[in-house]
Amino acid sequence: MKIETLKKTGLAALAGLGTLAMTAGAAFAADAPKDPLNSGDTAWMITSSALVLMMTIPGLGLFYGGMVRKKNVLATLAQSFGATCLITVLWMVIGYSIAFTPNADAGLNNWIGGFGSLFLSKVTLNSINPLGPTIPESVYMFFQMTFAIITPALIAGALADRMKFSAFMWFMGLWLLFVYCPIAHWVWGGGWLGTAGAMDYAGGSVVHLNAGTAALVTCLVLGKRIGYGTENMSPHNLVLSVIGASLLWVGWFGFNAGSAVSAGYNAGMAAAATQIATAAAALSWMFAEWIIAKKPSILGMISGAVAGLVAITPASGFVDPVGALIIGLTAGVVCYISAVWVKKAVGYDDSLDAWGVHGVGGALGAIMTGMFAKASINSVYPKGGWLTDGNFDQMIAQFKDVGAVFIYCAVVTFIILKVIDMIIGLRVSPEVEVEGLDINLHGETVHS
Amino acid sequence: MKLITAIIKPFKLDEVRESLSALGVQGMTVTEVKGYGRQKGHTEIYRGAEYAVSFLPKLKIEVAVKSEMLDAVIDAITSKAKTGQIGDGKIFVTPLEQVVRIRTGETDGDAL
Repeated sequence: MKIETLKKTGLAALAGLGTLAMTAGAAFAADAPKDPLNSGDTAWMITSSALVLMMTIPGLGLFYGGMVRKKNVLATLAQSFGATCLITVLWMVIGYSIAFTPNADAGLNNWIGGFGSLFLSKVTLNSINPLGPTIPESVYMFFQMTFAIITPALIAGALADRMKFSAFMWFMGLWLLFVYCPIAHWVWGGGWLGTAGAMDYAGGSVVHLNAGTAALVTCLVLGKRIGYGTENMSPHNLVLSVIGASLLWVGWFGFNAGSAVSAGYNAGMAAAATQIATAAAALSWMFAEWIIAKKPSILGMISGAVAGLVAITPASGFVDPVGALIIGLTAGVVCYISAVWVKKAVGYDDSLDAWGVHGVGGALGAIMTGMFAKASINSVYPKGGWLTDGNFDQMIAQFKDVGAVFIYCAVVTFIILKVIDMIIGLRVSPEVEVEGLDINLHGETVHS
Repeated sequence: MKLITAIIKPFKLDEVRESLSALGVQGMTVTEVKGYGRQKGHTEIYRGAEYAVSFLPKLKIEVAVKSEMLDAVIDAITSKAKTGQIGDGKIFVTPLEQVVRIRTGETDGDAL
């Protein structure tokens, strides 16, 4: 994303010079600097930002809310909604500055952005971030804010049914600042991973592997739900989950096509790749389940669709439609195996499969991006990928990206959780857990 | 008088009701129930997590009839509710001591 936009700036500057040269003879002294703002790009990016917000509320909230038991529906929705509001404010106060503005110290800038735009002090009416050179900085900041919201909110799938709301809110805030912001800066904000050539179009590693890894650590630290494996924990209303997954699918066009940070060829191809991979993954999960468990479940179809969305996320602006099809078909089967078999074999209680779908799908997508990226689709990476253009070095960059995100996220997430556990405790009492979070934590129930 | 309590598969209700009406049965009470017999339950699978559902949905119909109609009613229910598959249900017959129609105060045979 970063290099692509920088290149665009360069092209825009060249075009500007040409115009200047042509008009220089007539009136070169009177020329005011041309406003770089593109209204089409701006309109699309405001739309994209709203679409990505819709992914979290209500999309993710309903997707997760339908899968929990009836006593915990509102608590699950409260997590999505609460995270959205808290992260919006934190992003305004500090998050945007340390993720997407440069650090004055070039060495430090490899690791973390600057503190120069706290409270968005540098975001003015007509300021522009070079990472989004044709749109107002306010819009770029808003677009990135919606990514910062959904990433921590995804973790809620692993901690469902048993975490204190107070501990959850602390976790969201601290995780945003100590895990998401640095990693976003590493890959997209000018840090070391982006410089090392890692390809992550819309967040396969930054968003999904990152949230999935945190989810895995969280469910291991929290422990299993009371009655896991013996009590019936079947989803209370899959209609909500189908609506949620469908809203995620629609909103994802803001996520992937919006990551072009412009409205042009790249956004169009990213949107097409997203649609193709998602449908392919839903089918491959469905057929895998049909063959193995004998019935094609709707929960399987929507889970496959989300797996496809996740896996195409890092690849969406780099692959052609055939690459998208292969990535989607692979993601549906691999995530089915991870959510259904691996979880059972290893025995962790990743309640709603945040690791099994987002972590595994994100890592898979990141690696497959290195295989199927095509130089002809996105000229920012002229060497392309391994299987398409014979550039094996890209695989190394992708593995480095996946490994770095996994290790950093796992370690820091573990520390954050342990600190919160020591100070206020992570988990509700067994009595509250059995009776339900809705009535005990929020004083409400879904049906009176 | 007899009280006939039959547990049947839900999709057979309309056929049973029509055949009983044809016999002159004037009323029926239907309740949605859950239970198990030889059919046992079934298994639900959510992303690989299997849950045994021990109780299956059935309908319980209750019909009060004069003793001389008993065999005809049992025949009608048996023939209409039968699929031949396990889980078709059962019919229980119990003696009925007294019946009162609340609106008129009529009793027993007159109240049926």
